Amino acid sequence: MQQLATDRQREFAAALLDATLATPPGLIGPDGELSSKRFSVYRNNVVLGLIEALRANFPATCRIVGDEFFRAMARAYAVSEPPTSPMLFDYGAGFADFVAVFDPAVSLSYLPDVIRIERAWVEAYHARDAVALEPVALAAIPNDRVAELRFSLHPSLRVVRSLFPAVTIWRMNITDGVPRSVDVDSDGEDAVVVRPGAEVEVRLIPPGGAEFITALASGQSLTEATRRAMTEFALFDLSTNLAMLVQAGAFIGYGFAQGESYGKTEAR
Amino acid sequence: MNFAVGYPVNHGALSFPSELNGQDKEDMTLALESVALDTRLQAILSRAGVGLKAEHYRTIVATRPDIGFFEVHAENYMGAGGPPHRYLTEIRNHYPLSLHGVGLSIGAARPLDRDHLRRLKQLIERYQPGLFSEHLAWSTHDTRFFDDLLPVPYTSETLALVTDHIDEVQDTLGRQMLLENPSTYLAFAESTYSEIDFIVETVRRTGCGLLLDVNNVYVSSTNQRWDPIRYLDEYPLAHVQEIHLAGYTREADEAGRPLLIDTHDRPVDEHVWSLFEHAIGRVGPKPTLIEWDTKVPTWPELKAEADRAEATMVAVGKRERHRAAIGY
Repeated sequence: MQQLATDRQREFAAALLDATLATPPGLIGPDGELSSKRFSVYRNNVVLGLIEALRANFPATCRIVGDEFFRAMARAYAVSEPPTSPMLFDYGAGFADFVAVFDPAVSLSYLPDVIRIERAWVEAYHARDAVALEPVALAAIPNDRVAELRFSLHPSLRVVRSLFPAVTIWRMNITDGVPRSVDVDSDGEDAVVVRPGAEVEVRLIPPGGAEFITALASGQSLTEATRRAMTEFALFDLSTNLAMLVQAGAFIGYGFAQGESYGKTEAR
Repeated sequence: MNFAVGYPVNHGALSFPSELNGQDKEDMTLALESVALDTRLQAILSRAGVGLKAEHYRTIVATRPDIGFFEVHAENYMGAGGPPHRYLTEIRNHYPLSLHGVGLSIGAARPLDRDHLRRLKQLIERYQPGLFSEHLAWSTHDTRFFDDLLPVPYTSETLALVTDHIDEVQDTLGRQMLLENPSTYLAFAESTYSEIDFIVETVRRTGCGLLLDVNNVYVSSTNQRWDPIRYLDEYPLAHVQEIHLAGYTREADEAGRPLLIDTHDRPVDEHVWSLFEHAIGRVGPKPTLIEWDTKVPTWPELKAEADRAEATMVAVGKRERHRAAIGY
């Protein structure tokens, strides 16, 4: 059933993304002649459309490497990993990993992490809406139970860890960002990305904090998460980290027993 | 299954008499002259609208411009939450909405993506659009989505799969869909139907309505060396419930023949405006959308295009009524 149409679309699809393949037969202009130029309109539309989708999702990356380089890099990615869904706002989940091994960009060692921040931003932007806990809600928690606290994290929350000053570099390259020289070998920066309301916020995480958030996201208690953070950074400052997260709107609920929490947690 | 009867059809579009439908004089009121909207703001009147762009969210919410309706690409609102839904909800509270799919791949030689269809159903339930449209094209193969509207050969085999898919869409969504004519850059040697015969037969078999993209008519007619006026005159205009207008880019093929590309990145071309006038003269005023999707202009520039479409419908309406009155 529909064998012809299936075969036709298979050869059309293959030639769209592989410019070394010949124009499929029987695709003709008004005089009945084979026309590669006409077929190439579809080739261009597909690739340019995907490049534009990536440019929309990774504006800082584009600004860092320049338009021409970005187009080449995005084209290579689009051809190698075309989207699997028509929801193009979600295109580019694998872009950071691709760029990490994309030869012409290998010298830009921080670039994949900037891409991960932008990807987290897009995910947070489109994530499920939820009302963040107000700081005052935590005041009601009895002191003797604080150690057993477990939090539900905001569904938009993402953590991005970097060995490079990726947050600083990202911030300089967004709209209104001011570029200045950065020592790419300076300390690594971790970011928490969250959208408690209409605006996506990207905040620097104090040392040990990324481990702490990851532990909380997996349902561990405040005590357990603190212990885990301290194995990474002995001077982990619980109150600074907790205050930052509450201010960022990172929590949407809390409970005490294991598994007792409000809402789902999503973090990575 | 045939949905010509029994499915809710959009009655917002009023029409004046024309040689095509020959309606009574009582129906001559031009919707443009009465801006009273359906209380639920669901029906889309025969006014001009624009494609909603994120760049204009704030302006629209803040200034509440006088415009007939907004249209969105369904796929842009399939995220779980966030600002796109906040703005669309706010805008939907004040304007009728048209939902335009670009990713259903109705012409694909494979089953429709049920997950995608389910997401469409959810969007329709949430936003209650007055119109829902998709394309006579394909855009998916295996697991891949190609960000373009790819052409189909006009054969019995394609007709069977397109009608099966439209049946499934209308069945699942529980409403009529409008099918948009494509802009094409080439033809298939194996085609046995003309584009119009193919569309006529699709409408007959499925009971779907039509979205007439006048820019696509001009682009395809130039590229395929058809006469665009004849195309419009042969088109099953009685089934048209919405019109699209957009800008194109002019290129040339290897033989130096004009090759127009449907780019949606500039104002509507004068040739397309005059074709629009011709179409409106035949079919009456219809909800008419300005599509401008890349190199998005400022809000006043976009609004001016919509104003021109609306003014054209008013002028053509007056002319046609004058003709009817003097029995010309």
